[in-house]
Amino acid sequence: MKVLSRWLLASVAVVAAGSVSANDSILKNEANPNNWASQLGNYAGQRYSPLDQITTNNVKNLQVAWSFSTGVLRGHEGGPIVVGDVMYIHTPFPNKVFALDLNNPGRVIWKYESVQDPTVIPVMCCDTVNRGVAVADGKVFLAQADNTLVALDAKTGKEMWKAKNGDHTKGETLTAAPLVVKDKVFVGISGGEFGVRGHLTAYDTNSGKMVWRAFSTGPDADVKIDPSKTMMMGKPIGQKDLGVSTWPGEEWKRGGGTTWGWYTYDPALNLIYYGTGNPGTWNPTQRAVDKDRAKSDNKWSMTIFARDPDTGEAKWVYQKTPFDEWDFDGVNENILADINMNGQQRKVLVNFDRNGFAYTLDRATGELLVAQKYDPTVNWATDVDMKTGRPNVVDKYSTFANGEDKNTAAVCPAALGTKDQQPASFSPDTGLFYVPTNHICMDYEPFSVSYTAGQAYVGSTVSMYPTPNSHGGMGNFIAWDAAAGKIVWSRPERFAVWSGALSTKGGVAYYGTLEGYLVAVDMKDGKELWRFKTPSGIIGNINTYTHNGKQYVAVLSGVGGWAGIGLAAGLTQEAGAQAWHNAVHPGHTEGGGVATAGLGAVGAHQSLGEYTQLGGVLTVFHVPDQK
Amino acid sequence: MKRRFGLLTGALMVGTVACFAALAQDAPTTPDGTPTYIVKDGQVDKGTYNGYRRFHATCHTCHGFDASGSSFAPSLADSLKRLNYDEFKEVVVNGRQNQGATGDKVMPSFGLDPNIMDHLDDIYRYLKARADGALPGGRPQRIGG
Repeated sequence: MKVLSRWLLASVAVVAAGSVSANDSILKNEANPNNWASQLGNYAGQRYSPLDQITTNNVKNLQVAWSFSTGVLRGHEGGPIVVGDVMYIHTPFPNKVFALDLNNPGRVIWKYESVQDPTVIPVMCCDTVNRGVAVADGKVFLAQADNTLVALDAKTGKEMWKAKNGDHTKGETLTAAPLVVKDKVFVGISGGEFGVRGHLTAYDTNSGKMVWRAFSTGPDADVKIDPSKTMMMGKPIGQKDLGVSTWPGEEWKRGGGTTWGWYTYDPALNLIYYGTGNPGTWNPTQRAVDKDRAKSDNKWSMTIFARDPDTGEAKWVYQKTPFDEWDFDGVNENILADINMNGQQRKVLVNFDRNGFAYTLDRATGELLVAQKYDPTVNWATDVDMKTGRPNVVDKYSTFANGEDKNTAAVCPAALGTKDQQPASFSPDTGLFYVPTNHICMDYEPFSVSYTAGQAYVGSTVSMYPTPNSHGGMGNFIAWDAAAGKIVWSRPERFAVWSGALSTKGGVAYYGTLEGYLVAVDMKDGKELWRFKTPSGIIGNINTYTHNGKQYVAVLSGVGGWAGIGLAAGLTQEAGAQAWHNAVHPGHTEGGGVATAGLGAVGAHQSLGEYTQLGGVLTVFHVPDQK
Repeated sequence: MKRRFGLLTGALMVGTVACFAALAQDAPTTPDGTPTYIVKDGQVDKGTYNGYRRFHATCHTCHGFDASGSSFAPSLADSLKRLNYDEFKEVVVNGRQNQGATGDKVMPSFGLDPNIMDHLDDIYRYLKARADGALPGGRPQRIGG
């Protein structure tokens, strides 16, 4: 008996040591479509479900099964995780976590609520959002606003360990969802508007000890770049310490490149992928070397990094917007997909960047394959040079060329980007991407700003409005062909679509709106099949799972985030209201011509406040008579 | 406040009328020395314009475009109907805590932020113009360009 148990122990140890592929518990949970195992659905970040009980035929019967109030009012980003019979949900500051019993819907198994210093709240630039928890190895990982990474026992909610990842008195906070790979949990850092120096950090899942940290700016050793090995545009970088030399003086020390977006992972290549944010101040003049754009890439801000999760070593890099002049914060998710390009199956990474270009890259090498606008009104660059990977910037829209204290008008997209953090979805059935987007332009006037630790370091005046001469709304939900770099279909929305999308084998794609509607559309043509008004605006991400063999759809409502900041204004312009009316009611007349009454009603809808109010609520849907 | 009045009077006595006009146009004050604004034919004084810029660099990330508020911070176009200049300064310098229904609204202290403190009067000018309904939303034009 003793011998046997010793043998068992030894073999367990061998299995653990030999477990080179990803995190076994996550892979196992992901492989079962009855779960929604991670924030983005799987390591590849596809937000796709092979569940097909809810279809284009019966989605019209979707109803509320149950709901649950989180008791927190501010913006609810991220979404629920479901593993087995338990659903895990989280809230904005103070970052509560609830484990809910699906066998007894809405019954709280445990609740975690931290005590955090309220002075953290105002250094969160755009609301106190949090993008959710990660569940692995019987633990729930939460990245708290106050820079505490905490591991909770998934069964009891008890704290197992805590780690401090930053300092809010310097403007650092945490908003991103952690990612677990093997025995490491990865967290980024937020604070791009506070002169923070970005980094990605790996912690040991068992002890909470820091394993490695890779900065976004500074010397190669800090960034974990080997210029003779790390690839850029198909060849080694070559030059040393570009993270220092492409900045004036010591500006790289407050150089931004924060890492508050989503992280994805390819177990076969053993690479994690993430993007870095805007470089330091929004005033490009203060980031220019010798007043010369050519010398001022501000590396490695605005960069997609592919790193070895074990060592942190950068395998390849691609900088999307060198020397940013518009706050096109490059943190958006990198979706990993295998798609057909010119008759060949390619392992690609697709990134819908804030700057309005959708990039398709070879995810093993970082080779740039496609870079096209995913909103045709994007105007700050004509195109991307496929040899250098650099955008061809239009002088008229260059806030650097126009200079400090000069207003650069009608730049599209706005600083919010054609897409912000709201994650897109990829369906292996259709080979297409389903993308929630913003349709907003801006005026941008940079000016000199001084740095004070813990205070905003922005230096630009920005005003935003619906894209002129378009449909008058501020968002679109689109289907995208990443091989061709083309929009397949596009649905106009009144407000920015700030919720994460879901696609399903049932042929239905879902997204939420700022007014609070959960919308179901036909993946074939974008035709609306169903909608339901939830208690508050949706900036959370939709998921789907089964319980007792039946499919459910779940989403967190709770308006807020950057989208909640007065963005609702703008439909006041007559032209915008007219265009919006024509877009949503094509050819619709009311007593002859476009009804002025209807137009007036649209024109009066100036603010989001007329559609929705604060409130964090989970709503779970089902088709009642199914199974 | 007294000191500002003194400075202004000094400028009046030493300078020419033209000089006073230029100064008033840059940073107008009421007779008691409180910062105020000039809105003429849809154009604003330089101070109010600077206030618009400074507000939309830092404050608007919570208080919204045009000071119209957000889902987590009040509309200052409303608040400045109630707060006077001294109360406004007190809140900006020292901040506020435990605001809102669930106590999770916080106004930070800007007392150490030169991007705010050096422009406090101009930000007040802009907000007061918004609160008084003297200035519509959007980017104002400067008097004299």
